[in-house]
Amino acid sequence: MSMPDELILEVKDLKMYFPITRGLLKKKVAYVKAVDGVTFKIKRGETLGLVGESGCGKTTVGRCIVRLYKPTSGQILFNGKDISSLPENKMRSYRKNFALIFQDPYSSLDPRQSAGNIVGEPLKIHNLVKSKKDYQERVEKLFQSVGLDPSLMSRYPHEFSGGQRQRMGIARALSCEPSLIICDEPVSALDVSIQAQIINLLQDLKEGSLGLSYLFISHDLSVVKHFSDRVAVMYLGRIVEITTPKKLYNNPLHPYTKALLSAIPVPDPDIEETRKRIIMKGDVPSPVNPPSGCALHTRCPIAIPECKELVPLLRDVGGGHEVACIRVK
Amino acid sequence: MSMDSSGMIRAKSPRISELRRLIKVMCNRVVVVVGIGIIAFFILVAIFAPMLAAHDPLYTYLESILNPPSGIHPLGTDQVGRDVLSRLIYGTRISFLVGIFGVTIAGTLGMGLGLVAGYFGGWVNAIIMRCIDALLAIPPIVLMMAISAILGGGLFNVLIAIGFGMMPTYCRLMCAQVTVLKENDYILVLQTAGASSWRIMRHLFINAFPPLLVLITTNLGTAILMEAGLSFLGIGILPPTPSWGAMIYDGRRLLFSNPILSLAPGGAIMLIVLAFNIVGDGLRDALDPKLRGTL
Repeated sequence: MSMPDELILEVKDLKMYFPITRGLLKKKVAYVKAVDGVTFKIKRGETLGLVGESGCGKTTVGRCIVRLYKPTSGQILFNGKDISSLPENKMRSYRKNFALIFQDPYSSLDPRQSAGNIVGEPLKIHNLVKSKKDYQERVEKLFQSVGLDPSLMSRYPHEFSGGQRQRMGIARALSCEPSLIICDEPVSALDVSIQAQIINLLQDLKEGSLGLSYLFISHDLSVVKHFSDRVAVMYLGRIVEITTPKKLYNNPLHPYTKALLSAIPVPDPDIEETRKRIIMKGDVPSPVNPPSGCALHTRCPIAIPECKELVPLLRDVGGGHEVACIRVK
Repeated sequence: MSMDSSGMIRAKSPRISELRRLIKVMCNRVVVVVGIGIIAFFILVAIFAPMLAAHDPLYTYLESILNPPSGIHPLGTDQVGRDVLSRLIYGTRISFLVGIFGVTIAGTLGMGLGLVAGYFGGWVNAIIMRCIDALLAIPPIVLMMAISAILGGGLFNVLIAIGFGMMPTYCRLMCAQVTVLKENDYILVLQTAGASSWRIMRHLFINAFPPLLVLITTNLGTAILMEAGLSFLGIGILPPTPSWGAMIYDGRRLLFSNPILSLAPGGAIMLIVLAFNIVGDGLRDALDPKLRGTL
């Protein structure tokens, strides 16, 4: 599939600090540096996988992009226009261009709304339908596009299975024909067989559309490998490596990526027995007080004294393989 | 909604079919129907009081004070010779007005403030909830006495007093519900989609309402009793206007010699409170999508 190299989203040095307040006057005593200088680009029609362990700031990145949070600093260029500090009333017209799919298909659907209302509500919010009939047809079409029977429209969420609920979430995300969908762990709450169905559905939707892009947030490395055009690895609020899944899995360059990939079990007992796993020492430091310089230096097997002082920036080491590590040549 | 032969969906107006379903579900349960029947009966009595009452509720038959039940006075007469049944019938009007409007005022004010406080959070929440805490610190009867004492007696002022007296509970409960519910992903989805605060609050309200419905039905009875308390203290409905609460209090000294004076209005209050509770429970179940098809 030929893709125009048009950028749909460009995130520049995004920072999101959550203040920790104390006392009656809500004095700010510290900040949780959930996202600390993240930069990446998504082209039209591209899927960018965002992986990392729990608490590394993946979800926060996603939520900053849809402006559920107002970023502390940095730029979010959506189709070339910076939306990072737009006031909410100006933001509204942009909101139909992106949508969010949540991890938990149970809490993401209003239990007291019928399936049809849930899926069609964004159409009403943005006044995208002219008449009741038009609305009905659009919602029916959305149901069909995600493989749900439109006759289930008057049912309520609790009458659906987890997979069906996730399909409803996807139908809702598609309702305003967005150009970017942020999938926040869309399959982690589902059975493996259903996971495959949902992934295939997302893949089909992308292929059937003109330039739909995904930001696919996950901690499941194999799902990301299958699904993404490029993968970004996050550690403690920063991106440490971005490249194609093939390069990342065959030739990881960053010490953190190497450790992360070595944590994937191999489904062959013989290999598994002899395989050498890279186990990082210690725990992930607190994002309230991250280490100076490279955030990984406290745990990195190849750290040198300079790592304590220099904040490594992402740099291209050839063929679009970007790494943030001063030890990688 | 159903499928016809061509597999297309026949669209009925969802609002009408939803209402029809609600009525059907409610009518399927005998207890609920009985409850609705009792309420309907009392409403008719309140409307047609002048036709139903054989005597003027205020007229004192000086020759027949404290008469036992008889053909002329089916429930006897009270200590000043007024017909008890007629007073009971006219009292339905006051009690209904107080119950329904008192709770309406309390519910609207309380739930509205609670919704706003819970949704906006922060300093809006702090200001509203501290005021509510201050109100909650005063026992409701004292609060209502204070309001009545300032405004004076009479039906309208009693309604305001009862409304304010019961309002804090609604506000607290609503605020607590909304604070929890707004963390749900479906509310985040609405925010992401650019829904207005108004629309989001509507979703929150629909989800927070069912537990409050139970409070409303219990409070309908409480409001009737509160009016009785206020009337007893002389700051409620002004005598000699008949009200059930006032009748109970008037008859309390004669509980052993003439129990009917208190038992008749007491029984009426019990019946109406019971009916409101049954209907309230039925309504809550009928509105719960999770119980669809099981009722």
